[in-house]
Amino acid sequence: MNEEVVVSFLAAAIRLSVPLLLAGIGILFMSRSGILNIGMEGMVLMGALAGVVGAHYYGSMEAGLLASVLAGAFIGLVFAFLVVTTGADQVVIGTAINLLGLGLTTVFGRSLLGMGQEAVQAEGIPVIPIPILADIPYVGEALFHQNLLAYASFLLVPAAALLFYKTNWGLQVRAVGEHPLAADTLGIRVHKTRYACCVIGGMLAGIAGCSLSLGILNQFTENMAAGRGFIALSAVIFGKWTPGGTMAASLLFGGADALQLRFQSFGIQIPYQFMLMFPYLLTMIALAWFSGKGKQPAATAVPYKSLSNRSE
Amino acid sequence: METEIILETLELVKRFGSFTANDRLSLAFRKGEIHALLGENGAGKSTLMNMLSGMLSPDEGQILFRGRPVAFASPREAAREGIGMVHQHFMLIPALTVAENVALGMKQGRSPFFGYKRACAAIRELSDRFGLDVDPEKRVSSLSVGQQQRVEIMKTLFRGADFIILDEPTAVLTPPEVKELFRVLRTLKENGKTIVFISHKLKEIREICDRVSVLRLGKLIGTTDQADTTSADLARMMIGRDIQAPIRRTRESGGRVRFEARGLHASENGVRLLKNISFGIREGEILGIAGVDGNGQRELSEALLGLLPMQAGSVLLDGEELGRRHPRRMTALGVAYIPEDRQKDGLVLQMSIEENLIAKEYRSAPFSRGGIVNKRKVKLNAEEQIRKFSVKAPGPGAPVGRLSGGNQQKVILARELMLNPGVMIAMQPTRGMDVGAAENVHRRMLEARDRGCSVLLISTELEEIMTLSDRIAVLYKGELLDTMDREEAELDRIGMLMAGALPNAAEAIIH
Amino acid sequence: MAQEMRATIHESLERKLNVLTDIVFYAGSVAIALLAGGLVMLVAGVSPIEAYKLIWDGAVGDANGFKETLVKATPLLFAGLCYTFAYRCGLFNIGAEGQLYVGALAGTVAALYVPGLPWYVHLPVCILAGCAGGAIWAGIAGFLKVGRGASEIINTIMLNYVAIYLVSYMVTGPMKEPGGTLPQTARLPDSALLGKLFDSRLHYGFLLAVAAAILLYFILHRTVWGYEIRAVGLNKQAAKVMGIPVNRNVLLVMMLSGAIAGIGGYAEIAGVQNRLFQNFSPGFGYDGIAVALVGGAHPLGNIGSAILFGGLRSGANAMQRMTGTSTSLVYVIQATIIILVVCNRYWFGGLKKRIIASLTARVVGRRSDARPEENVAVVLGIGEREGRS
Repeated sequence: MNEEVVVSFLAAAIRLSVPLLLAGIGILFMSRSGILNIGMEGMVLMGALAGVVGAHYYGSMEAGLLASVLAGAFIGLVFAFLVVTTGADQVVIGTAINLLGLGLTTVFGRSLLGMGQEAVQAEGIPVIPIPILADIPYVGEALFHQNLLAYASFLLVPAAALLFYKTNWGLQVRAVGEHPLAADTLGIRVHKTRYACCVIGGMLAGIAGCSLSLGILNQFTENMAAGRGFIALSAVIFGKWTPGGTMAASLLFGGADALQLRFQSFGIQIPYQFMLMFPYLLTMIALAWFSGKGKQPAATAVPYKSLSNRSE
Repeated sequence: METEIILETLELVKRFGSFTANDRLSLAFRKGEIHALLGENGAGKSTLMNMLSGMLSPDEGQILFRGRPVAFASPREAAREGIGMVHQHFMLIPALTVAENVALGMKQGRSPFFGYKRACAAIRELSDRFGLDVDPEKRVSSLSVGQQQRVEIMKTLFRGADFIILDEPTAVLTPPEVKELFRVLRTLKENGKTIVFISHKLKEIREICDRVSVLRLGKLIGTTDQADTTSADLARMMIGRDIQAPIRRTRESGGRVRFEARGLHASENGVRLLKNISFGIREGEILGIAGVDGNGQRELSEALLGLLPMQAGSVLLDGEELGRRHPRRMTALGVAYIPEDRQKDGLVLQMSIEENLIAKEYRSAPFSRGGIVNKRKVKLNAEEQIRKFSVKAPGPGAPVGRLSGGNQQKVILARELMLNPGVMIAMQPTRGMDVGAAENVHRRMLEARDRGCSVLLISTELEEIMTLSDRIAVLYKGELLDTMDREEAELDRIGMLMAGALPNAAEAIIH
Repeated sequence: MAQEMRATIHESLERKLNVLTDIVFYAGSVAIALLAGGLVMLVAGVSPIEAYKLIWDGAVGDANGFKETLVKATPLLFAGLCYTFAYRCGLFNIGAEGQLYVGALAGTVAALYVPGLPWYVHLPVCILAGCAGGAIWAGIAGFLKVGRGASEIINTIMLNYVAIYLVSYMVTGPMKEPGGTLPQTARLPDSALLGKLFDSRLHYGFLLAVAAAILLYFILHRTVWGYEIRAVGLNKQAAKVMGIPVNRNVLLVMMLSGAIAGIGGYAEIAGVQNRLFQNFSPGFGYDGIAVALVGGAHPLGNIGSAILFGGLRSGANAMQRMTGTSTSLVYVIQATIIILVVCNRYWFGGLKKRIIASLTARVVGRRSDARPEENVAVVLGIGEREGRS
């Protein structure tokens, strides 16, 4: 096993953890405000398609990124309307969003971008080596030779931590996710907060999709999320609903993904399928381990009716 | 200064449907006093306080605060004016720290950042000033109940409250914690805060309050200086003078003891729920357990049924000790149970009347055979019970949730009496019913007694206890005080026991 | 007596009206969803009218089309029943997909490695193995729920992927067809295959699914166990106070729910594919949720909705062949139906109540004393009124 393989593995691990991290932080925003989003898979797909469509029709990757963000925000808004205002079951709506995402992206992917060999290739998100740091042997190549979204996604982690733990708004979000009635009696608008979190989560889902389509493959392929929306959910759970933990879990799962692609070159005999199962199994173990320890926001998946609407 | 009025209500009315919870209440609260609001369950205390704190809005009448008419659309608006409320069930977020809970939703200047250090400093300062002894950096989930309550008080102070309402603050506290709370309340009073203290515990009211307002059935009975009134007077005002136990056929004494509890102890997370409870009920006897809500009634019934684990004690049926108990076994032994909350514990609201009626016997003939339900028999049974108990319902297939409360209770009663029970545990069997419906339930229970059933009646309505019981005991803080025969029971004495004024202590007060 | 009779008439009428309005609303949801699907096609540049005509012809145009519809409806019905059964006990089993896979795997193991049996022994053994596979898979989530309080929602989702990769490993590794190159097992022996009906692709699995639906209906509505399940599903606390063992029911229901999906998985292999291979299910498990919702979470209702969705799928295949529009369009229609059906109660619940009330009043005359008493005080637990008895 030589150094080049290790460096390329590390680089790939980081590259593959970026979509997980972005989607994970997106789920974290919703989760912290008490919304269970199992529809991330569909949201990521829509973001992935929007990115390529935007980049292709407006000829720039910036347009693609913007399209992803807008598509994500829109689907987040729809999701918020259904689960917050309507109060419909979050699990069922999440499943519907997944089906919707898969269906819409497949139909429009074919009609707008073509399929198979003829599929449209779009301008990808550029890799920017960071001066000086990128020249560090081995480490520089792996860590500082990534694309723009990768840097942004890792910067997002401290930003989200700062937001959740140091700002008034972050405190409000956590309060709403734990005990909406208590927050309401103190004058916090529970629905408004949850809407905001859903839209932010949707935007991040869109960017996560974009990081898959424009960041890794430069094109859209059907069902390209391939379970990453659910792995992102795993990362949030395994990361104990914190930004740092989500990042660590994303790196772990991204690393597992990169590893299974390189099993043969590493001479490892474990079938790759077991590596692919790894995030899911770990999540189940973590969930059984945490249960009763109150890591999950207490009001998860419980619809809330505002005090001001109750008396009528 | 002493008599400056800070808050006044003028002819305040609140209705829920056709039920009038507050009937033209006019009260005045003086600045810097501790004002008790006394009354039985359902007297309208909480409704009044919810209106003052912005949780509910009045239908008629006016609230004057600092001489100005006010109308609050939300608790936040009330808080902005300086009115704070500490709910009986705390509105705290266990996963957050004290400082986060206290400062939640407050704007600190224009900065988007949460000034954690500043909030902590402010809380420490308030904590020292009022002797609250609250550590702002502790997580709320790690605090004791008494400490959590002080955090709630801190929340109101942090928002600049001058008028603080405490809804049954001592219901959840241990005696040392009560002492601590009273110390805090006195400090608050010295600092010019007005405190409304909702309670039905006379002893505490006498200890801490300056004036007392008594509510009964939504009406104000009167406001008096605490020092000028005896406990007996207050008890009478609270319960009403007009209670007279109806003349009823007395039970022939004798008969063997059918249902017995010996030394029941139960506690949860170190909090004592039941303490050394022992009683025996003879055949054809009703033992009434009086007491104010939240003194262990629910725990007692659940422990007897096997839903709440006990630390010590035994339950005997016909002299035989019952080991591990659970509801299904108790049913098989002929123990009927009427739970307190019929909608949550007693019925499956979406299921039909006929299905709810077989909830205790669906596993046996004639309702099922070989695991298959006999629908015809179930329906015939329902039709029979509906007729027998004159349940007002569209038909046996109607969901039980569509019936009125009284009719729902009839369904439960019918179901339990179908067991032909030897023992019946009834909790608050007429809660929320009107006189006619309650009478009906009472008649059924007396009939069961006359057939030889041993009934444990747990009720917070003293009148009900007095009407039905052959013997009466009082439950106070998880302990049974003094069991007495109905004939010897005096209303005043029971009222005092319920309020936690122990016999000798009470004597001293009355002289 | 007359009043009682009137009450009974009133009740049965109201129940019929309720069912009727439900059907109208569900049909409306399906219609709106089809419109939404049409809109998507329009945007994607396909004529919706032509496409729907192709779907219609493909699904029910001729006898073969309809048989193909039933072929597609078979796994959907199993998956729908799987979700329905758990749902009636208050559980969310999102794991039909994984249970389908493990059922297929276990059945295939029995088919390939228990040789030399006559079909009337072998086939039942294989089906039972499929059952057991699904039951164990769902049982894991059930056990974690009962034992550790872990959410069955998340765990069933996680188990879906574990199952898919497990099957992928088996058909590329230990169970790979000897000498073959494709990631699939050898062909199942004839003794383990489900017979065909009417000389077409339709197989006995469909009848098995219908039988399962009837059996579940019977269990839920006619047996003592069904009574317990429904009580637990509607009010856990009351069920506990009544003496119903809640945890035992949760575990058992979860396992039976998985077993149903397990048969579905094996039926798809033994009836249609004849061998196990990677990704043999295009998401039947998730479609089951839509089937269950449109079927009103009623086992018999599932039969109708499974045929509806089966028709959409087989019709969409025909459409894809002719126009090139992806069959994934069906997902869009399904998702729209799910959303409409779930939100129906919130958006149109009040309207529905008013319609029923006014229709009932028109036929029977107003019977105000039998109406539910809408009373805020009841909700707040403060007090309530009641007519004298």
